[in-house]
Amino acid sequence: MISALDILLLAAMVAASVFTVMTARLLWSVLSLASTSAFLTMIMFKLNAPLAGVFELSVCAGLIPAIFISTIGLTQRLSPEALAQRRKDKLKRFFFLPVIIVLTGLVMSQVPLAVDFAMPAPAVGQDVQTVLWNSRTIDLLGQIVVLLAGAFGVAVLIKGSKND
Amino acid sequence: MFALLILVPLAGLILMNLPIGAALKRLAFPLALALTVAQSLLIACPAGVAWLGGGTLDHYFNFSLGIDGLSRVLLLSVGIVVFTTLLVGRAMLVGPRRQFNFVSLMLLAMIGMNGTVMLSDLFSLYVFIEITSVSSFILIALTRGRDSLEGAFKYIILSAVATIMMLASVAVLLMVAGGTSFEVIAAALKNSPHSLIARIGMGAFVCALFIKGGLVPFHGWLPAAYSAAPAPVSIFLAGIATKASGIYALVRLATYVFPQSPAVNNVLMLVGAASIIIGAVAAVSQSDIKRLLAYSSISQVGYIILALGCGSPLAVAGAIFHLFNHAIFKSLLFVSSAAVEQRTGTTDMAQLGGLGSRMPVTSATSAIAALSTAGIPPLAGFWSKLIIIVALWQAGFHAYAVIAIGMSVLTLAYLLVMHRKVFFGNVGEALAQTREASWGLLVPAVVLAAITIGLGVAMPYVVNTFILPISRIL
Repeated sequence: MISALDILLLAAMVAASVFTVMTARLLWSVLSLASTSAFLTMIMFKLNAPLAGVFELSVCAGLIPAIFISTIGLTQRLSPEALAQRRKDKLKRFFFLPVIIVLTGLVMSQVPLAVDFAMPAPAVGQDVQTVLWNSRTIDLLGQIVVLLAGAFGVAVLIKGSKND
Repeated sequence: MFALLILVPLAGLILMNLPIGAALKRLAFPLALALTVAQSLLIACPAGVAWLGGGTLDHYFNFSLGIDGLSRVLLLSVGIVVFTTLLVGRAMLVGPRRQFNFVSLMLLAMIGMNGTVMLSDLFSLYVFIEITSVSSFILIALTRGRDSLEGAFKYIILSAVATIMMLASVAVLLMVAGGTSFEVIAAALKNSPHSLIARIGMGAFVCALFIKGGLVPFHGWLPAAYSAAPAPVSIFLAGIATKASGIYALVRLATYVFPQSPAVNNVLMLVGAASIIIGAVAAVSQSDIKRLLAYSSISQVGYIILALGCGSPLAVAGAIFHLFNHAIFKSLLFVSSAAVEQRTGTTDMAQLGGLGSRMPVTSATSAIAALSTAGIPPLAGFWSKLIIIVALWQAGFHAYAVIAIGMSVLTLAYLLVMHRKVFFGNVGEALAQTREASWGLLVPAVVLAAITIGLGVAMPYVVNTFILPISRIL
């Protein structure tokens, strides 16, 4: 049963994600991305998936924005002229977005897909440690290495460039 | 102890980057080189694989890793190509800081590629493909030139699309199948009442792998990335990165996960044939060596996918053999390009000529690689192409077999033209003082040329002992 709160949370998440890709300022974009993750976390808790929610909150709303913000700290501000041009052009890039959304909706409504399958049970009752350490240890290690690679890239490309 | 292939490079990377003195940083290059040699020797030798399979390390960390014949081919390719890349990087990258960063990134990429080929879970596969991709973005942009940043940006954008498709696919398959292991997904594709949705999910994952593998029509990023990247990074990308993160995963999924279906096979064959034709035709008109080789890569990878789509054990054997051969001869061609760039400062064929007399070893090894790529006997590339063409003909795909033969002739034409423009004729005044490439480039070139000749001469033993058993098991 979908409640008014569910719709409100979904709308807030979509609005935050749209703002993330449309704003001209990187810092606002990162904060909006963190808000998107926070709304998604609430949705996950409502869907009885606390494990996914905890991860979304800690990694996507916490760690990743922290890396983004530290990266932004190493960049330079846009000139006022470039910023004005960026604001002028930003809507052009999204011209086809509504068309794509409507077309996708039309196509999907015509495809005879039976989507009445039972969702796999969320990992309720299993603590985070059990799931990560007993079932998905290799994924945990892999994600850590992805983050390490990203942080290394920031250091090599942006910090290194400043040193040069 | 298969986990050692992931944990040792990771431990090395962490140790090297600890702020505990410059001594460890100076040891980074020899240690990384030793690691690639150790990996190659362990994987090439059955006793080495048996030793890696023992112990309790994997159990202790709860890692589900495994090595079969296909993984061995890829792990061996990773060892050889990363060894080559490190040597060329040492010879060509300027400055200790950049060289150190390069070694660190190569170790990161090695972790990603080794993990990718040892896993049997779709989500884990995605995670380790991402490690390779993120390392590749940074490697392409390492010199921070305008072209390299543009190449990296194109790769990031298309890779982001591939990432979205992979994650969406994993989500759909998790809903339908209730798990993400290859076994569970294969069962769902066969038996689930919702197998159509599972197939759509799997189709999205395959499209993402087409992007990662640089196959037509998703090849837009590849020529820009290969040609704009620093020379050693081009070797890494063309030799192994796109194969481990795109083509290997396709081979694994097509043979382990998809039910044998004419629809899937037809899509693979169409994409393979389109890649062969478009890559070869585009290569003809290139004036830059690296761009020509990039398009040639698209074409050669097309042969692998075409054979995979054919589906017979002989065709799959040809695909796997060509996968390994392409890793070797394409790396060799890019090493030759790096040697020319090192000594002349350009890869523009219009400015080159007559280098054969100045760079005899580079000229000879480049010719071996070009002839192997075109499928000239008795080099390794001839046998893998022959197996693919015979398999296509036997399976009744005569038109595809004719395309494969015709495009091989075109490949010979554009590679011979490249060789003539660069190495034949009179040397110009500007290049009169050109010397042979440094040892850092000659050693890997000679090793790769020896592998190309050796595999060709020992073809019956190699195919019967290593390649055919893999395809039968698959």
